[in-house]
Amino acid sequence: MTMTRKTGAQILWDALEHQGVETVFGYPGGAILPAYDALLDSSIHHVLVRHEQGAAHMADGFGRAAGRAGVAIATSGPGATNLVTGIATAMLDSSPVVFITGQVPSHVIGTDAFQETDITGVTLPITKHNFLVTKTEDIAPTIKMAFHIAESGRPGPVLVDITKDAQQGECDYVWDDTPVELPSRARRHTISPQELEQAAEILRTAKRPLILAGRGVTLSGASRLLHEFVEKTQIPVAMTLLGIGGFPASHHLNLGMMGMHGEAWVNQAIQNADVLLALGMRFDDRVVGDPKKFAPAARKIHLEIDPSEVNKIVRVDVALIGDLAGSLHALAPKVSCQDLTAWHGFIRDLKGDSAVRDIQQLPDSGHLYAAHVISDLWNLTEGNALVVTDVGQHQMWEAQYYKHDAPRKLITSGGLGTMGFALPAAIGAKVARPDEEVWVVVGDGGFQMTAAELSTCAQEKLKVNVAIINNGYLGMVRQWQEFFYDKRYAATPMHNPDFVKLAEAHGLLGLRVKKRGDIEEAVATAREAEGTVVIDFRVEKEDTVYPMVPPGNEIEAMIRRPEPALESKGDSALVKKD
Amino acid sequence: MTDPSMRARTFVVLVEDRPGVLDRVASLFRRRVYNIESLAVGHTDRPGVSHITIVMNADDRTARLVEANLYKLVNVLEVEDVSNVPSVTRDLALIKVRAGHERRSEVMQIAEVFRARVVDVSPDALIFEITGTEDKINRLVEVLRPFGILGLARTGRVAMAREQTPAEELAHEGVV
Repeated sequence: MTMTRKTGAQILWDALEHQGVETVFGYPGGAILPAYDALLDSSIHHVLVRHEQGAAHMADGFGRAAGRAGVAIATSGPGATNLVTGIATAMLDSSPVVFITGQVPSHVIGTDAFQETDITGVTLPITKHNFLVTKTEDIAPTIKMAFHIAESGRPGPVLVDITKDAQQGECDYVWDDTPVELPSRARRHTISPQELEQAAEILRTAKRPLILAGRGVTLSGASRLLHEFVEKTQIPVAMTLLGIGGFPASHHLNLGMMGMHGEAWVNQAIQNADVLLALGMRFDDRVVGDPKKFAPAARKIHLEIDPSEVNKIVRVDVALIGDLAGSLHALAPKVSCQDLTAWHGFIRDLKGDSAVRDIQQLPDSGHLYAAHVISDLWNLTEGNALVVTDVGQHQMWEAQYYKHDAPRKLITSGGLGTMGFALPAAIGAKVARPDEEVWVVVGDGGFQMTAAELSTCAQEKLKVNVAIINNGYLGMVRQWQEFFYDKRYAATPMHNPDFVKLAEAHGLLGLRVKKRGDIEEAVATAREAEGTVVIDFRVEKEDTVYPMVPPGNEIEAMIRRPEPALESKGDSALVKKD
Repeated sequence: MTDPSMRARTFVVLVEDRPGVLDRVASLFRRRVYNIESLAVGHTDRPGVSHITIVMNADDRTARLVEANLYKLVNVLEVEDVSNVPSVTRDLALIKVRAGHERRSEVMQIAEVFRARVVDVSPDALIFEITGTEDKINRLVEVLRPFGILGLARTGRVAMAREQTPAEELAHEGVV
């Protein structure tokens, strides 16, 4: 390789190409203009978004779908601050993303120059790390370091803020292929034989053990190992929302989702367990409810890559710190099979009680329920779609009724709970994996937060199908108001635009479904159509996600869906008339 | 109910000497609602490496979480909780005391007991420099207070383990 004279802007794209980047999501502006000018001479494809938040979620969706960093690019000031929600979203869900922002020229930093924002200061607590680059020669090494930090260990977002003069400057340049070495990390965690033996001993003596599988299973690529571990030990598995797909939903030992809107039998099983094996999960408050009352009788083993997650919320008896796949691999040979027949039977009985309350068992009342839409979508797509959801009731119904068998097939904003995430994240996921059938499942509220990205779909000729679960309410907030605020529906009813016409205004196909019988045809039409299709599912307005653990309660204290017997008495708690 | 393990903890943190690193450390403490009692920053013998001493009240669990969170900062090289090992902790203070001609010798005698040095004399005041434990400095301040304290500046605690720490061993092997 020979040195060549390049501008910082040219170096930026060359560095990104060396990182294997083929597509970036962004929006131009003054301080990033030198980089955009050089983009035209690069092999990298740029997706022009309609708002920088969209670019951030697209890069995040790309990262989650691909398992390597997505890239978003924006200008200084408002361009950079518009990324903030997307950066925080990626941070809380450990998603690898590299954000590149333009910054005002270095000699005017600190003078409140036009479109100047201290974006490294603003994003300090919501990035894994960030950089301010003021020198041309620092651009390439910083980009390389940014990708390394974003993708290694527990993944996360990294922001690189590059001043305009650094982009415009020139230097002698050759890409340096040597691997990145971080200055820190001198103290690496190793699992001691004692810790391993302690964990194995707890598991060997367990009578009612349960695995809690989180996002770490997918991030670590430990799905197959987990499968083998479960086959060997016969320990049932409960999933966190972000863990879904890390272990096949169709496996008879997969109990389903735990937590605030988890299956009742899962929460009951957790509370009755004598050993919990937590794999790559962080005991989020939506999972544990009141931590003091969480599985009080259970000894707890935590396999986790991030030591700062150990004993943060729930005290554990043993922690094995390190990459999950490595820890599980080390633990598996030490754990012997045991007879868990009684425990399996106990859980089966819990399930039987819940099944009668399932909305799927209810007779067709002529109303369209979100659960029906999602269950039918699961059937019609044969469970193979890559589904991207937003936040709220539809998100919980998706988690309950779309049974994912493979990792990276459900992309959802878990930790931050970001409305407006779904459509742009789906665009990113589709770019990462163009062969996937991508469905957006989104509420009418969240959809409108980033609906402008339909225009990006149209411009890029990208095909994602959008299922709007339209109940004319901010449904989850309404549900909280119903349960905890005396049904005082403050600012939750929504007057929506005509979503079919909105799709058509973008040159896209729009469909509307009001009856369950029409779901199949609409889904088939959407699957066959060439571009992005928007389906407006007009679902029951005041439906409720059951079960629900009221926030801060122990997870067995669930509000349950009324039994069908109550339903037939006419005074229905489920079907509320407008 | 307070955890019985709640007590003052002293962390020695070695960081890269770069712009904004102190901000990252301070921001971590703010974000996780850890209360800093005392913070002191300075150079080390190694170019490009700064030494931060942080004192905070914490129970055992929180102390481990602080350490783990500090390690997540890319610019943090080493963290040592020196509360658990034999260590030396010192604070430095400059104290300006009202002392006209008639009371000067009296004030200086008291300071002498505490091994404080006079570093400046003006017609109406003296400035003492004192190094020692926080407790020793507090006691000097109390006995000088009746004379009239005109100014007090303290560095905050700096700390060092007596024995060579694993971090220092690594540093001298050139690992970090």
